[in-house]
Amino acid sequence: MLTVRNLHARVLGREILRGVDLTIDAGEVHAIMGPNGSGKSTLARVLAGHPEYEVTGGEVLYDGQDLLAMDPEARARTGVFMAFQYPVEIPGVNNAYFLKAALNAVRMHRGQEELDAMEFMALVRDRMKQLDMDETLLNRPVNEGFSGGEKKRNEIFQMAVLEPRLAILDETDSGLDIDALRIVAHGVNAMRNPDRAFLLVTHYQRLLNYIVPDVVHVLTEGRIVRSGGKELALELEEKGYGWLEAPVAG
Amino acid sequence: MTDNLARYVTEHERARRGRFQGASPRLASLREDALHRFLDLGFPTTRDEEWRYTTVAPIVEQVFTLPEASPASTRVDLAPFVLAGDFAAQLVFVNGQYAPALSEMRDLPAGVVVESLASALASRPDDVEPYLAPAATVERQAFTLLNAAFLSDGACIRIPAHATLEKPIHALFVSAPESDRRATMTHLRVLMVMGADSRATFVESYAGPETANYFTNAVTQIVLAENALLDHYKIQRESVPASHVSTTFIRAARSATCTSHSVSLGGGLVRNDVMAVLDGEGAECTLNGLYFADQRRFVDNHTTIDHAQPHCDSREMYKGILADAARGVFNGKIIVRPDAQKTDAKQTNRALLLSEDAQINTKPQLEIFANDVKCTHGAAIGQLDEEAVFYLRSRGLSEPEARHMLIHAFASDVLQRMPLASIRASVEAVLQRQLERVLAVAA
Repeated sequence: MLTVRNLHARVLGREILRGVDLTIDAGEVHAIMGPNGSGKSTLARVLAGHPEYEVTGGEVLYDGQDLLAMDPEARARTGVFMAFQYPVEIPGVNNAYFLKAALNAVRMHRGQEELDAMEFMALVRDRMKQLDMDETLLNRPVNEGFSGGEKKRNEIFQMAVLEPRLAILDETDSGLDIDALRIVAHGVNAMRNPDRAFLLVTHYQRLLNYIVPDVVHVLTEGRIVRSGGKELALELEEKGYGWLEAPVAG
Repeated sequence: MTDNLARYVTEHERARRGRFQGASPRLASLREDALHRFLDLGFPTTRDEEWRYTTVAPIVEQVFTLPEASPASTRVDLAPFVLAGDFAAQLVFVNGQYAPALSEMRDLPAGVVVESLASALASRPDDVEPYLAPAATVERQAFTLLNAAFLSDGACIRIPAHATLEKPIHALFVSAPESDRRATMTHLRVLMVMGADSRATFVESYAGPETANYFTNAVTQIVLAENALLDHYKIQRESVPASHVSTTFIRAARSATCTSHSVSLGGGLVRNDVMAVLDGEGAECTLNGLYFADQRRFVDNHTTIDHAQPHCDSREMYKGILADAARGVFNGKIIVRPDAQKTDAKQTNRALLLSEDAQINTKPQLEIFANDVKCTHGAAIGQLDEEAVFYLRSRGLSEPEARHMLIHAFASDVLQRMPLASIRASVEAVLQRQLERVLAVAA
């Protein structure tokens, strides 16, 4: 589904990704771990199309298409979703209104009919229940005044409504207490299926107790230095990142 | 006298031989007096503190003449300018003159008088004329003086004590080009007088065809007796070449409540002054402003809220959106007189700049002479949050949709303060069309 080859990217003139190679197949869950500043979030943002990140080399194929040539909105419509590490507060934009516009943009791209208000509310209520979310959040401005946990849950809720094919979760676990983490993990696990893939960006192994990955990658200084099964995460938890040597540049 | 002032003398002489004939001696002398004061004062320049950022050169340098034709003979398609809504009465003015054939009086309660100022001046001058003078004699207000010098028509509304008007009254002022396409000027006067315990909603709107060049100089006087309650809207959708200068005087007696919404969407050179005097204990005034300008347009809003008596509240929120090379000015003055203890005044103004070339000059001005008062003000100038734009796009909204949603969100708290849903919808529709154009050009 996703093939990343020798990806280089920089932000504000600083090179962060220095040749990332990664292949994710449909139905798989991959976790990317790594120390602070290793480029984990940069990778997530580059895949989502953040305009501040400049790709300086390499390629990304999504279902055979050149993902990097697409606008962020085109990526979203074709099924790429990123749950933000820091969800943006948007005063004055109603959460439900925004999500309905987003869902209908995605549905139109898929050749589906737009949902009317009743159908939309039925879908949204169902997904909120799954994530144990307070329905009043729907009628508030997007993320405004939400607690850290509510913001992260709102991201997973949006994902559950938009039903992407490739979901990238950028440190969704940070700032969540254990109960919220369980709920979020349950929401993600409920969406796992043979057509959908997940890329979990995380600093801690904890999340992976609840969402068990198929593959774990370690990103250090802008490159994937090791890949393995779920046991690799436990090894990292025990030993830290220090024992993995950074690759020699070249 | 400079040539540009002399032109106004010529026009005044012409009007004296024509439309001014039959005026009472009191009205004739009010006009003469105002003309002379205007000539003494001249047009404001940027050396004048109140006009520091605003050059009125487009008005000074052009030749504007009084419209010739009567409304009946001016062909104008009103459809684009009519505001949707269920109005108790709709007065239509074409080129400054009342057009009875285009106007409608539907269901006005007994005692409510809605008529043209020309007809009120003819039929009950003693009722009306005393109200007109005070605004004419405001010192150092060139445009108000000019308006008084040419005063002849406008809207005149009287709501008797204890009357409640369920439906709004609408006065529509349309400028239409004359057959010879001369640039015309209109000096409109609106007089809204409300008796004690009365309630009403009043909408005044100004508009003209897209390419027409003209000069609107409007003065509105709102006088509220004790405990009267008014919801007032001024909707300005003039053409891009047009100049629009307006002055709104509000005087609120004890426990009266005035909410005034000023929406400025059109015009090449726009200056709006709102001057509210809270003249009785417990009076309340809310000023809401929303303005949009693109291209090289200029929009200046000056407001003054004068707390003359104790225990008065005022709330003010102005928001502006400036695109392309548009420029804006906001100046909000709050005066608290020595007797006005327990004043509670709050002012907010925010501007959103959509391009590098757009500019705003903003200044709060507090003049407080009492000690037991609460006055706050806040100003903010900003651009769209690009992280928010990306957030919306990352969910599938196109870039123009995302920007439009965020700009609308910026304006939404001012829009939501408008109780009249039909007007709010009209304003949103006009703003949407303008934003679509701006965002399409940017995309």
